[in-house]
Amino acid sequence: MPGSRDSVRLTRRQFVATGAIGGAALAVGCSARSHGGWDFLSDGQALTLAAMCDRMIPADDFPSASQAGVITYIDHQLARTYKRHRNTYRDGLEQADAISRKRFGQDLAALSAPQQVEIVGAIEQQNRKFFDLVRSHTLEGYYGSPRHGGNRDAVSWRMLGLAEPPVLGRAQYDLRKGPAS
Amino acid sequence: MNRVNAVVVGAGAAGGIVAKELSTAGLSVVLLERGKWYTSNDCRKDDLRNQRTTVLGNAFGPEDEGNPRVLADADGTPHIMLPSEGGYQNNAACVGGGTLSYGAMAWRYLPQDFRMRSTYGAPAGSSLEDWPISYDDLEPYYEKAEYEIGISGDDSGTPFHGPRRRPLPMPPLPPNREFQILEPAAKRLGLHPFPIPMARNSVPYNGRGPCMRCPWCVGFACEVDAKNGSQNTVIPVALATGNCELRTECMAREILTDDRGRARGVAYYDADGRLQEQPSDIVVVSACAIESARLLLNSKSRLFPDGLGNRHDQVGRNLQGHHYTGATGFFDFDTYDDVGPGASIAVSDYNHGTPGLCGGGMLANEFIRLPIQMVDRMPGGTPRWGLAHKQAMRRFFKRNIVVMGPTQQIPMADARVTLDPAVRDKWGMPVARISGNVHPQTYEIGLVQAQRAEAWLKEAEAASTVISAGVPTTVSAGQHQAGTCRMGNDPQGSVVNRNCQLHDVDNVFVIDSSVHVTNGGFNPALTIMAIAYFASEALVRNWKGAGLRS
Repeated sequence: MPGSRDSVRLTRRQFVATGAIGGAALAVGCSARSHGGWDFLSDGQALTLAAMCDRMIPADDFPSASQAGVITYIDHQLARTYKRHRNTYRDGLEQADAISRKRFGQDLAALSAPQQVEIVGAIEQQNRKFFDLVRSHTLEGYYGSPRHGGNRDAVSWRMLGLAEPPVLGRAQYDLRKGPAS
Repeated sequence: MNRVNAVVVGAGAAGGIVAKELSTAGLSVVLLERGKWYTSNDCRKDDLRNQRTTVLGNAFGPEDEGNPRVLADADGTPHIMLPSEGGYQNNAACVGGGTLSYGAMAWRYLPQDFRMRSTYGAPAGSSLEDWPISYDDLEPYYEKAEYEIGISGDDSGTPFHGPRRRPLPMPPLPPNREFQILEPAAKRLGLHPFPIPMARNSVPYNGRGPCMRCPWCVGFACEVDAKNGSQNTVIPVALATGNCELRTECMAREILTDDRGRARGVAYYDADGRLQEQPSDIVVVSACAIESARLLLNSKSRLFPDGLGNRHDQVGRNLQGHHYTGATGFFDFDTYDDVGPGASIAVSDYNHGTPGLCGGGMLANEFIRLPIQMVDRMPGGTPRWGLAHKQAMRRFFKRNIVVMGPTQQIPMADARVTLDPAVRDKWGMPVARISGNVHPQTYEIGLVQAQRAEAWLKEAEAASTVISAGVPTTVSAGQHQAGTCRMGNDPQGSVVNRNCQLHDVDNVFVIDSSVHVTNGGFNPALTIMAIAYFASEALVRNWKGAGLRS
């Protein structure tokens, strides 16, 4: 995937801007954000997390996890419903960069896609609890409702060929005629 | 507070019916509900926060804050569980209870389901028993539930059901694509497929319109109010009598007793957290199997040091739900037509008659799958992450059918609810501790059921299949929880009599799934409703103005 690698290797400035766009959209839909950055993650943590998430759901002709807003989703939840997972994330992300530096001399976000796959596989072996959390939350952010900051523009639902929003029934609802078949 | 005739604790499937039956018979009723009354404005379609997929919490309660339970694992090690975690064994806490957001399958149990011990004998290590009432006793009340709540369907295509006097009040919804794929395959296998009976309007009924066939069904409240629960049928009728007052966000603390050992009312925490006492002539506990048992156990006094109705250590035992097993088939063609509720076709050929094993269960296709519900249901060999997983989602999301069923559990006395000695909820009350496991015969037949589901999918030309049939390490109670206040004729081996009246205290009743001796191989909602009509009728028959006829 030549295109996907470029998408991961955003500069820090570009990446924060991407997050800010997600944040602005969120402010309209849900709750006000007091600043333009992340609710919980540091910029560095966000880059490392994005590298992980984008190996779990890479770009093809549809966006990668981070391109679809998964980092916004996870950051948003770590400041709210997933507060109890903060330490696992903090330690796990630190560990991911440590393994990465030890094996390739650079942080995870700076590696090539095949190198990143290797590191993510190593995390799956060495810290299953953290890996499984990130995997679950990535899938939630990518395939779940856009209202939570992920699945930007319902892109995964369009990928799967679903009506967006997926409420076909409403369009055909006519109380007098009975149910659609 | 003014004395009333009856306090009903819990406004779910059973409590709503009891409140309606008592209030229309002229009794004054206070209906306590710990949760809120949601309207269609609250029915937001959130696939990460509902009663089916709870990663961001339960939409209809309880909330994660302040409502823990404790689950003991196979080694007996206790784990604190939040309501949004599977081990909590949650059922919704709101007006309507589980019936606001259920899938709404509305099954009658089979005649054999009421005499499991006579049919099979009790397997070693089980507490299998017959019910003290029969299918024939309950039949008129099944019918009443079908007409008052509103059920659609047609079981004329299967010989595997008990006799019925009247057909269902509404025809089934038109078949969806999965129905059309699975029906001929079932017939080729010699099975008897038929449309699933549903508490869902297929035509205008009871002043409300029909199903709009959206995918947001099981786990969600119905946006167009076409799904029928107690909150949009019997509870409004109860309130319209003027005899019933519904108090929401009120959490029962204990049943109060006098020095003669009779109930005198209910102590509860109101919406502002203040302790209140509601005096009453009778108390009806309809809080669902886990919380009903907990309320009785928490109702300790000098005369009842181990809790109310618990003289013989029976309250909380025989906790059961269903052991769900089945298979997913992956196809070379589109099986998905985006038409809800999705679940449409069932067979009950396998509910009984498996040589050497007890019971069985119906098999049915699953409710429509939202994308998040598919991520861990990919064909065998699919990597858990990476491009291959993403592409498998794209390839198979619209090309799969899930056939599963609720295998009837063989009850065990040590699968139970007790009070946790340490953990308390936000009101300071001891929480439910859930312990025990599933009887081995249950998961043996669960595996057979999964293989049957797989054979059905293969006959329907599935290109590949994956079986889902585990060996459980804890009880599986969940939304189908039952059995904790067993109905029986023997006061030493059961908690209530056939009229759902405590053996120990004649003005306290438990009317909900707690009284189920066994739980059938079907979703239990319609049976809970039928029992509620049956027990309410007996209660009204024995009512003498200000007390019960002895």
